[in-house]
Amino acid sequence: MQIAKKGFEAAESEPQTAELPFAKAPAGAEASADVPKAPFWTEKRIELVVGRLLQIGVLLAAAVVIGGAVPYLMRGGEPESHYHIFTGEREDLRSVPGVLHDLGALRPRAVIQLGLLLLILTPIARVAFSAIAFGLQKDYMYVVITLIVFGILMYSLMGHYVS
Amino acid sequence: MHLSPVEFTFAVLITSITAGFLGSLTGLGGGIVITPILTLVFGVKIEYAIGATLVSVIATSSGAAAAYVREGFSNIRVGMFLEIATTTGAVAGAILAEKLPASAIFIIFGLVLLQSAYISGRPRPDRLDSSPGDPWANRLKMNSSFPTVDGPCSYSVHHVGMGFGVMYIAGVLSGLLGIGSGALKVIGMDQAMRLPFKVSTTTSNFMIGVTAAASAGIYLRRGYIHPGLSMPVMLGVLAGATLGTRFLIGAKVPLLRVIFGIVVAVLAIEMIYHGIAGGI
Repeated sequence: MQIAKKGFEAAESEPQTAELPFAKAPAGAEASADVPKAPFWTEKRIELVVGRLLQIGVLLAAAVVIGGAVPYLMRGGEPESHYHIFTGEREDLRSVPGVLHDLGALRPRAVIQLGLLLLILTPIARVAFSAIAFGLQKDYMYVVITLIVFGILMYSLMGHYVS
Repeated sequence: MHLSPVEFTFAVLITSITAGFLGSLTGLGGGIVITPILTLVFGVKIEYAIGATLVSVIATSSGAAAAYVREGFSNIRVGMFLEIATTTGAVAGAILAEKLPASAIFIIFGLVLLQSAYISGRPRPDRLDSSPGDPWANRLKMNSSFPTVDGPCSYSVHHVGMGFGVMYIAGVLSGLLGIGSGALKVIGMDQAMRLPFKVSTTTSNFMIGVTAAASAGIYLRRGYIHPGLSMPVMLGVLAGATLGTRFLIGAKVPLLRVIFGIVVAVLAIEMIYHGIAGGI
């Protein structure tokens, strides 16, 4: 980034030094050598795109949660006493297929749960994008590191630890 | 307290907005006070409170990521490598949460709150360590630079193994208590790995969402994430935190930090008392 900028500045000041060929040549060589070399998918650019995607994911999740919250509250919610005695969330809202199944019936609670699920998936998607980003940078050591993290996240979401 | 379900939802929403707002202004994070308030004031079962808070932690961390990346401070390689430790710890913590009695979780939560209150009162000197770092940091391509007004300033990373260990503990606490563990993550990077403070805080934010997602999957499948409770907590904390960052970007709020620190300390003592007395 810094080098590319320097090259650009040198190119801008070129007309002033045009009469001195030995001064012009290195400046021109520097600019032409550096600019094409700079990859399009720089680390910073990738991160900015991924950061945007994360924000969109959060906003989308919040919108879906609100979409479920409105009918949920219009139906009067549910008895507060429920929160005092822990029995665990209903079996059907505990898994990805379960939430999707209940969505078919358009239950407000299932819509909220879908929004929450989208939110949980957002950082997981981020890790997946990072693996692709490291691949684009040909940094295979970090592709492996990122895939390890991705594997742990997948285990949490789908593993067989639940008795 | 006797509230109708709709009143309950709005009371939790307003509490969460306030917590998210103060948490983002003071840098302590809003999640840390939500669980104590939900359990101590609203009488919510701690398992539900932890599940709802964990979801809100993901929202604030992911929502802020774009802004932090733009500043150019976060070190993605350090963050990704340490996430192996935090996510493994988070899975272990979430599994441990089921084995431990609620009273133990109350006491551990109280102790972590006390430690956060203590940290919030301490000054944060920003020192720069450019001495040769850990050879592992070279192998893992962790050494980097961050932007300053005088151009990029390079730093090297130290004690990778110790940092990795601290991150594992941060992950366990995140999974056990449903918090972001941002304070401990910053300690691991700032004190152990000797990263510049600004790099530590922004990289920590980057890691919080992924760490929380690692235990959220387990929480969801165990039924700890309740839509009726998580909805106002997540929307409230997200709105409050967004408001907080818009309100005062980078401003120093020492008095607010002290007040919030006292609130956290009081909640900490209440949590420990409840854990020992076995109430609720």
